[in-house]
Parts: sequence; structure tokens; C-alpha cells
Amino acid sequence: MAPLAAPDLINPGVEDVIADAARHDGTNQAKDHTMIINMGPQHPSTHGVLRLVLEIDGESVVSLAPDIGYLHTGIEKTCEAKFYQQVVPLTDRIDYLCPMTNNLAYCLAVEKLLGLEIPERAQYLRVLLNELTRIQSHLVWLGTHAMDVGALTVFLYCFREREDILRIFENLSGQRMMTSYFRIGGVSVEPPLDFYKQVQDFLNIMPDRIQQYENLLTGNPIWMGRLKGIGHLTAAEAISLGVTGPPLRASGVDWDLRRDMPYSGYEKFQFKVPVSQDCDVWARYVVRMEEMHESVKICQQALDGMPEGRIVADAPKIVLPDREQMKTQMESLIHHFKIVTEGFAVPAGEVYQAVESPRGEMGYYVVSDGTAKPYRVHMRNPSYATLQALETMCKGRLLADVVAVIGSIDIVLGEIDR
Amino acid sequence: MYDPASALVGTEAVFAAHPENPAVVALTSIATDAKFDRGELSITVPRESIVAACQAVQSAGYNFLEDVTAVDWYPSKPRFQITYHILSHSLKARVRLIVRLDGSDASVDSITGVWPSANFYEREVFDLFGVHIGGHPNLKRIMMPEDWEGHPLRKDYPVEGYR
Repeated sequence: MAPLAAPDLINPGVEDVIADAARHDGTNQAKDHTMIINMGPQHPSTHGVLRLVLEIDGESVVSLAPDIGYLHTGIEKTCEAKFYQQVVPLTDRIDYLCPMTNNLAYCLAVEKLLGLEIPERAQYLRVLLNELTRIQSHLVWLGTHAMDVGALTVFLYCFREREDILRIFENLSGQRMMTSYFRIGGVSVEPPLDFYKQVQDFLNIMPDRIQQYENLLTGNPIWMGRLKGIGHLTAAEAISLGVTGPPLRASGVDWDLRRDMPYSGYEKFQFKVPVSQDCDVWARYVVRMEEMHESVKICQQALDGMPEGRIVADAPKIVLPDREQMKTQMESLIHHFKIVTEGFAVPAGEVYQAVESPRGEMGYYVVSDGTAKPYRVHMRNPSYATLQALETMCKGRLLADVVAVIGSIDIVLGEIDR
Repeated sequence: MYDPASALVGTEAVFAAHPENPAVVALTSIATDAKFDRGELSITVPRESIVAACQAVQSAGYNFLEDVTAVDWYPSKPRFQITYHILSHSLKARVRLIVRLDGSDASVDSITGVWPSANFYEREVFDLFGVHIGGHPNLKRIMMPEDWEGHPLRKDYPVEGYR
């Protein structure tokens, strides 16, 4: 094995951090001034059950090791025991802040395996809902991130608008968070009549509301002091550590899957990809705020250009029939019975489908062996890779900055542990 | 609908159809098998050349490691398939590298020297599949508790666990 190219970038294990401190204690009295502290697994600023073991020298971080797995529920194993269509609700529960993005990534992967053509109307609906999900997820990020560094007010404003989006989701699917609205082949039901007006009302107020948050934060000297120059991550480090999404773009890498490798009809939409060269926590804040503005624009384009037509693909052996047809036509009843009891066989093969989630690249690797159950489903989650960059961003900085950095990478432990 | 006849299988067919592809050019001498299916390029390399293959595609412009994972084909042989997804920001393309391992000697070299981001992914493969990663800087369980017995994502591990 060749020597490692960049050993400094490798995370130490929890034991390594402790052993390192023990070495200081035992053999070198002069270095006996570092301390091991435990942050989490239950800590308000870790956004879930993340445990960090930190070695600190006074107030500054010497080394840091994340310890994960507290929320591991074996979703990938569970998927192997379900029919393809039964996996969709499981995908909601991986990243509970962007259920629709997970649904989309999984559905696109299975549709690629099947070679299904998705009607344009379903694609537009998917794009619209994904962008609403992005705004919703960024609002939770902004609220909690601001709260972590001491700006409590913003949280309430953010959750006010988030509630609007959740009401839209509830009206559409019956659920606020675990929507499971997408289906393999399209979406589950035609949106209710007042859905479009509800979305339009929301899009009308949202740009002003984003301005309100910016008024509270952007020029605020405390906010700037806590964010600027903190958590530095260069473009080369970001790429070698697998960082994606807003943190990657805040490090100056102009890469967005929606624009560069379009899926679900994103090539039909006009939007800018915000990039910043500052590489710090502040840059990630600026990039995400800009992204919210762009998402509002994409939603508006999707709403204005919403085509007429079917919301599911014309594939009776894969997509459940309309309720009315199922009750009146023998053939539809047979299809319905077969899909529900036996699922549908998917041609053997393997695909990897990546989408741009609010946190970065969310990829689904689905392997089929030709039966009605996936042979293997693997999720490539953005937070999982970004967490590896935490040490690089925090090393040598103050302990209090760790909280700001965790907030800035916007981790969701559900998707890390799966 | 998907047509299985559209897939190109085997190094000769794939390399003849995509002679200009940078990943194909970089791996022509190493590849043992290749597949172009559903618009995705997969190249199988021998286990001992995975690090060399990663370095080759990295110099060919595939700069970003997206994912490392495994598939257990038990009881078929070879048992394990280790899959690497590598993306190129400049080419806007992706290549999938595959290494196949026998169940009796499931071990592959770590690629953390090429991409440090492989660290967590390889630990996950070790934890959930029991595939040894040679030269990994910190090969410990990551999802399951340290004292857990067995590797849950193996196909001979029951879905409901051992009771």
C-alpha cells in the first residue's frame, strides 16, 4: 500500500483521539494540557444524535472525531425485503427534511432500470415539489443555524413560512412530512384544485420573507462576527473529502447536478447557480440564501408552464390503475391485484441516479436481479460525506466555532445513519 | 421500456463503441470486463489494480469520488462486488468501477490514498459486509456497535436479525 496522499485529511477514530490524549498524559508531561470532551450524542446543536469526541487545548480544537450510527435502522436491508413500490415510503424517512427529494431519486433510479418515460406534467410537478422541499429544508437550516449561534428570533420567522409549505404538502398528499407522494412512473394523485393557488400565494410572499431574514441577519455584526472566516474549506479539500451541495459551491466549485447533469426535466428551467469563493461559514449562508431565491423562480416557472396531461406513465403493469377503472374494468382489476400482491419484475441491471438535494448530492444505487424486489438499494447521502470534512474545518479553531460549522454543513443524522 | 439487447457487454464491445471515452482510454490495459447499460459505463478491474485504476481515472479527469459500496451475490461466485462511483466535474460524466471478490478471501486495498473521502464509505463496507479493506487508516465499525457479531447487509444475515 502506497503512503497516503493526504494523511491530515483522514478523520481519526474516537479511540485515536482518546489514545492521543492518553499519550500526552502518560509520557509527555509538557503536553499535559489537552482535554477530551464529549459533545453529544444528545446535544441541541448537533441536530440529532451526533456524538463528537473533541480533544481541546484550552479553547481551541486539537482534533475531533465524529461517532455515528445512533440512528442506524438498517433501511438498506429493509429495502431488500420489500417490493419496489413499497420502498418509496422508506425513502421518506432517511432524510426527513427533504422527503420528496429522496422519493424522486429513488423513483428516477427504478424508472431508469425499467426504461419508463415519465409524462411532462409529472416531471413538472416533481420539480415544483422538489424546489418547495428545498426552500422548506433551507428554512429549517437557517432557523436552527441562527439559533445555534444565538439569534433566536429568526427561528420563529423561518418556521412560519415552513408551516405554509407543510400545509401545501398536507393538502396535496395528506401528510405534512412523510409525504410519499411520488410513485414509480409518476405521482400518486392529481393535485387538489386549490393547490395551484396555494402555491402561487406562497410564491408571492416568499421573496419578501427571504428579505426579512436577510434584514435580521446579513448586516448584523454579531452574526457576521460568528460566521466570517470560520470553518475554512478550500475547493481542493472539499473535492477530496467528497463534499457536495452548498458547502462545495461555497468553496468556489461551480457544480450543480440540476444544471450539469439534468434529471426530471430540469434542463427546461432557467436558474442561476450561486457560487462563492469565500470558503467559510458565511459563504455557505450566502449561497443557501441565494438558492432559496432561485428555487422560488424555478417554482414559478414550473407553475406557469405546467403542461396538461397524465400524471403517471402509460404502463398498466407498473402503475396502479385509477380507482374508477379498477372498479369497472376487469383488466385494470387484474393489474391492480397483481401489482399489490406480486409487485412488478424489474429487468436485471444496476443504476446510479443522483439528484441535487438541499444538502448536496443524493444518489441511489439500485441493483436488480430481475425479480420484484430490489436486490440492493444503497443511498449515497450528502451529509455522510460532508461530515468527514468537519475536522478539517474545525481544527485549530475555537470550540464555540464547532457549533457554527456543524450548523453550516446542515447535517441530518437520519440520512447519515440510515 | 428497457430493452436488454441495448446493453453492450464485454470489454471488446464497449471499448469499440466508446473509443474516445477518457475512462475507457485510461483503463484499456487494466479492465477485465466492461458494460455499457442504460447510459452508464461500468468497468471491472482486478482486485490488485483498484488503486492504480483509481489513479488512472483521476488523471483522466474523473476528479470526484461519489460513493463506495458493495453488493453480496451470495450464493453465486465470486461473492462480493465492490462498486465505486466516480464523477468528473469537467466531463460531466460518471464511471463505475467494479471489483469482484471471493467470499473466502474478501479483501481489497483502500483507496483513501487517492480520495480521502473513501474513508467512511470503506468503513461502512467493512462494517456491513465484512469485507476487509487493506491499508485503511482506521478500519472499525461505523454503523453497528463495536461488539456486534456478523455483518448485516450480507445476504445470509436474516432481515429480522438473529434472535
